[in-house]
Amino acid sequence: MTETGKVHSAGMHVHRGEGCECLAADLARAEAILAELSPVDPGDLIPLLQRLQEAYGYLPKEVLAEVSERTGIPLSRMYGVITFYTQFSTEPRGRHTIRCCTGTACHVRGAKDVAEAILHEIDVEAGGTTSDGRFTFENVACLGTCFLAPVVMVDEEYFGQLTPAKARAIVKNYA
Amino acid sequence: MSESRIANPRELTAFQEKALEEGGRFRAKVLVCSTGCRALGSAAISRAFHEKLTAAGLDREIEVLETGCHGQCSRAPLVLIEPFDYLYGPVRPEDVDEIIQVTLMEGRPVERLCEQRAGRVHATRGEIPFFHGQVREVMKDCGRLDPRRFDQAIALGTYQAAAKALTAMTPEQVIAEVLGAGLKGRGGGGFPAGMKWQFCRNAPGEEKYLICNSDEGDPGAFMDRALLEGVPHQIIEGMIIAAYAIGATKGFVYVRAECPIAVEHLDIALRAARAHGLLGKDILGSGFDFDIEARMGAGAFVCGEETALIASLEGQRGTPRPRPPFPAQSGYRQKPTIINNVETLGNVPRIIAQGKERFADLGTEGAKGTKIFALAGKVRNTGLVEVPMGMTLREIVYEVGGGVLDDRPFKAAQMGGPSGGCVPAEYLDLAIDYDSVKSVGAIVGSGGLIVMDDTTCMVDMARFFMGFVQEESCGKCPPCRVGTRHLKDILERICAGHGRESDLDELERLGREVIAGSQCGLGQTAPNPVLSTIRHFRAEFEAHIRDRRCPAKVCQGLYQLVIDAEKCIGCGICAKNCPTAAISGEKRKPHVIDQAACIKCGVCNEKCPYAAISKV
Repeated sequence: MTETGKVHSAGMHVHRGEGCECLAADLARAEAILAELSPVDPGDLIPLLQRLQEAYGYLPKEVLAEVSERTGIPLSRMYGVITFYTQFSTEPRGRHTIRCCTGTACHVRGAKDVAEAILHEIDVEAGGTTSDGRFTFENVACLGTCFLAPVVMVDEEYFGQLTPAKARAIVKNYA
Repeated sequence: MSESRIANPRELTAFQEKALEEGGRFRAKVLVCSTGCRALGSAAISRAFHEKLTAAGLDREIEVLETGCHGQCSRAPLVLIEPFDYLYGPVRPEDVDEIIQVTLMEGRPVERLCEQRAGRVHATRGEIPFFHGQVREVMKDCGRLDPRRFDQAIALGTYQAAAKALTAMTPEQVIAEVLGAGLKGRGGGGFPAGMKWQFCRNAPGEEKYLICNSDEGDPGAFMDRALLEGVPHQIIEGMIIAAYAIGATKGFVYVRAECPIAVEHLDIALRAARAHGLLGKDILGSGFDFDIEARMGAGAFVCGEETALIASLEGQRGTPRPRPPFPAQSGYRQKPTIINNVETLGNVPRIIAQGKERFADLGTEGAKGTKIFALAGKVRNTGLVEVPMGMTLREIVYEVGGGVLDDRPFKAAQMGGPSGGCVPAEYLDLAIDYDSVKSVGAIVGSGGLIVMDDTTCMVDMARFFMGFVQEESCGKCPPCRVGTRHLKDILERICAGHGRESDLDELERLGREVIAGSQCGLGQTAPNPVLSTIRHFRAEFEAHIRDRRCPAKVCQGLYQLVIDAEKCIGCGICAKNCPTAAISGEKRKPHVIDQAACIKCGVCNEKCPYAAISKV
């Protein structure tokens, strides 16, 4: 974490917590994961990337380059996989992740209006991160909680049976 | 319970007896759904029960269990009290004292927490109409045990069927039993499971694999997630039996990362099964070796397709491969591989335990057993329902489901998700099985069943599904990649009020071409929701195209929000809440909405205390 400290002491940096870009310089996390999974088979690429993303909040290019070097898995192959699956992100993320369910059950109960209300409230495009680093907003296919439709998840917490007004009120509670 | 190895079927039975004895010490059980209901705060409820029962010195006679899904999710959070069979919901932590006093001490139901319909109180599951007509076979133990506890699964007889298969049956006998039962794949394919196993068994080679497909991507289906969350050992047992039948020594469970509780419970169950020797070398002294690894999907709907799923397990982009060769001949690492859905595997133990005849007693000629449906959308009782194949849609929606929300008219049910289609009201008396649903242009699929009423726009539904498959198309086959995009563009144009007379023909022609030109199940079924809505709701498309009108008032370009000057008293609440400041007016005078500034978010409509705002 000393590397993180350095970036911060240089000033100009607003730390976003887990998922902040300043963590990219901290290779110790990646090393620990590689040591644990060693020897890394190319077939284990997806679990490896999942572990890295869990550790860094996103997949920093510095970390990927290092991991490619150590494992012999070409960087091109890594990016091929990363860009295919929606779970992976190569951009730093906001402090909070809003996942708006766009599944069928939520759709018929007005998920689109809920999503639009939130996007308007926090002023961001779907898939993007707010300029203040507060939120990353994602539309997701189905959270499997159709009985709560329409549903939004903020970090690990579920909010169900939403209306546009309720949704606006909820996001206001996050700093 | 000790973590000792269970070496043979005799020790399994001894373990079961001991577990039953320990469970039998309690005179009552409080079963708090802690999976689906967790989203509505069930953790606080079970905590309150634990604390209050301990404080009252009742914790040695009443057991509190954090269980899987009870099914009737619309009443979440749910608490089931045994032996009374009272199902309470929605329960709040404040209700716990009364439940302890009235039910656990005096044995009476707390009426205000029971289901009430037409002035009648339905306390037990036997009385609740939602459970009439349901036959919980696969979900029998779901909600009756703590899925994190190995001893409880054993107490209810889990792994006894595996013991029977591994020590008293040959793999060929297991296959014959499953084939004879007529079990078909529950993930959507509907292919006979026993036949698939036979192919794999007969395929040359020593190294074979079994994959449990829980990449439940169909938006609106959540039965696989509920089974893994609620009865993980039952699924592991089904996998052990399947692996024995096909000759696999290694298995995977491919589960969606979006279902963290399923991942957690599966992981706990795998570790317990391994610690007790039910996975690993020489399972139950049979000489059969098998182990399972859990893998999390990384978010790609196409990975529900079996060859794409295999590519994903191999660390590649999840793009499908041509079939043949089928995975049963050449799958994971080019070795014979069987991919079965969670619910399919969940059926296997009881076929082995009770015999094929008993399984085939339920269902229709062409579809045996039960099917779990995820009932959602505009229906009163949302949740998971398990019914015999062959039940009518009317029975499912009106009896089990309790009818359409707010008693609005039933318009259609969307079945089979993005690969399926809609079943309109005229087919309410259709007996549901694979063939009958297909004949009206939808599919049973994995069992998603979304009810739609007159406020659902069918053109918008078609646009919604096309947007989904377009986004999820892996891009390998141009007819799917480009075709779904083009279909989506046309539908968006129609929804925005710019439809053309030729659009319907174009949608149908293009839809047929995408089906014919795509390699995998995603592309081959992607146009189904569009073709099926055109088939059953052509007039609604025509209203959008010719009259620039959305009869259900869903498509934003085709309606306006207006304030009724008669009803508006000028309180200003709408204006205060409008995010675009589109509403103006003097205090205590009727307000007006500036249509140019209105984004149709509907907040004004929601906030108006006088119901003065409507869509026209």
